Amino acid sequence: MTTTTAPQPLAEDAVRSTLSIGERPTPVSSLSASLTFGWRALLKIKHVPEQLFDVTMFPIMFLLLFTYIFGGALAGSTGDYLQFVLPGILVMTVTMITMYTGMGLNNDITKGVFDRFRSLPIWQPSVIVGALLGDALRYSLASAIMLVLGLALGFRPKAGVVGILLAVGLLLIFCFSLSWLWTLFGLVMRKPESVMYASMMVLFPLTFMSNVLVDPETMPGWLQVAVRLNPITHLVTAIRGLMHGTATSSQIGIILLMSAVFVAVFGPLTMRRFRNLH
Amino acid sequence: MNTVQPDLAIEASGLVKHFGDVRAVDGVDLAVRQGGVYGFLGPNGAGKTTTMRMLATLLKPDAGTARVLGHDVATHGAEVRRRVSLTGQFASVDEDLTGAENLILLARLLGRTRPESKRRAAELLDAFGLAHAAGRQVKTFSGGERRRLDIAASLVVTPDLMFLDEPTTGLDPRSRSQVWAIVRALVAEGTTVLLTTQYLDEADQLADRIAVIDNGKVIAEGTSSDLKSQVGGGTLRVRLQDPFQRAEAEQLLSAALSAPVHLEGDPTALSATVADAEQVAYALADLARSGMAVTDFALGQPSLDEVFLALTGHPAEERRDATEEDAA
Repeated sequence: MTTTTAPQPLAEDAVRSTLSIGERPTPVSSLSASLTFGWRALLKIKHVPEQLFDVTMFPIMFLLLFTYIFGGALAGSTGDYLQFVLPGILVMTVTMITMYTGMGLNNDITKGVFDRFRSLPIWQPSVIVGALLGDALRYSLASAIMLVLGLALGFRPKAGVVGILLAVGLLLIFCFSLSWLWTLFGLVMRKPESVMYASMMVLFPLTFMSNVLVDPETMPGWLQVAVRLNPITHLVTAIRGLMHGTATSSQIGIILLMSAVFVAVFGPLTMRRFRNLH
Repeated sequence: MNTVQPDLAIEASGLVKHFGDVRAVDGVDLAVRQGGVYGFLGPNGAGKTTTMRMLATLLKPDAGTARVLGHDVATHGAEVRRRVSLTGQFASVDEDLTGAENLILLARLLGRTRPESKRRAAELLDAFGLAHAAGRQVKTFSGGERRRLDIAASLVVTPDLMFLDEPTTGLDPRSRSQVWAIVRALVAEGTTVLLTTQYLDEADQLADRIAVIDNGKVIAEGTSSDLKSQVGGGTLRVRLQDPFQRAEAEQLLSAALSAPVHLEGDPTALSATVADAEQVAYALADLARSGMAVTDFALGQPSLDEVFLALTGHPAEERRDATEEDAA
């Protein structure tokens, strides 16, 4: 007997008095259901704040190590390197956090709560859309942490506050779109751990084989090709440009285009898989 | 079976579901009347959960049709979901949230306003003896508390039909009787309950009608007494004071019970399957009249194994391959 803290016996009458068959509130709209699931995601951040710090600690270490150890050698001074590397580390941090989307979804499925949500009279994809809304907040929080640290260390974006806001906005759009790849992973794979390993396999090479940490000009030619094809490289270029006021509309346009492609491809695949879930 | 009968909560014909090569559900027909408890009895992997998931629109049948509360599960899933609730075999609540937050979340999703949702959550937590745990994360709940919260979560809006998948598996006896009390309350208020269980005892206590499921098929259907009359009322075990009287007692009992009597490992013990309890009284009286002193006797309900042995000729065994899918 483990319910020693429950002294009151369960009265059949008390249970009966809470029931009223036939009384039914009107079903909620798809927006309202999604927002409610977004609220659930906020509650999870409140109850399990560690998951936010887990993923920001690593990039913070990177930022400090790279700035102070390699900064002088790579860019002449640590201060100059920080201006270059911070937007890159910001992209790295937030794209890494996106993989929690798939893990969270997979966790819901394996634990059983997903069955409950699917048996409700709501717009079914709202579970996923709501989780993605909650994730957007997580991405914003992580961005804020990185930016505050950067500013404290001496990061001075030439485009000022507007530049930072535009950069974070673009980053959020990209990450929201990328998340649809992880939701697909989350629905296809059997265990949350497998989802994490699979996402790592994708994200690790992508974030390192890019211009996050260094200018690719010194890399061998074949690697430069790979780096130039990497979406993360384009994202970092655009974010860096927005923060320092040098971004061109084509640099931003290509990110929006890539985001649209991610959603157009992985969104329907996720939804198809979702409908045929068992 | 083809015409819609309005008083049926569930009517299914020829439901089939495969998982790879395994036919988890292999042609299930059902006609469940509204009101009361309908029990699915069977071992792990028999296809109970899979059948229930198809009826709750979580799984598409590979073949066959099912109507739940008059709505086709394949074409009118949304209508079905509006009027049913599901409490799965595994906790279908969010472990990271508190008890109250879980119920508020569901009330909001079902269309209640924020203040209404809070009130509803408090009301349910109170009635289910969970008021003390309202602010605790569900992962700290005991098995019994979790199960009660799980059921409360299904009653945020009272469903016309409630699916309860093995509600007492793994619970201690007190929590088990609490769950039974909840089921009785639900039925008293007019909800139809479809309950899966591995325990004949539970089906006997709660269910008005029982379908026995094995290897994805319904192998027997009827009231609890129908089934018992097919299976036999149970097993009588008798222990004599004097082991040398056992042969004589065997003859006497087999005549009185008109059933074969088994000699057990214990040299004083005998057992027999009996059809009804009344015969037992006469048989024991016969023993006493013949001067055979009985130290101990017991009349046990037939176990699930005995039910299966009687109905299928083989004991209830888990189908490993299907069990995994059943749980998925």
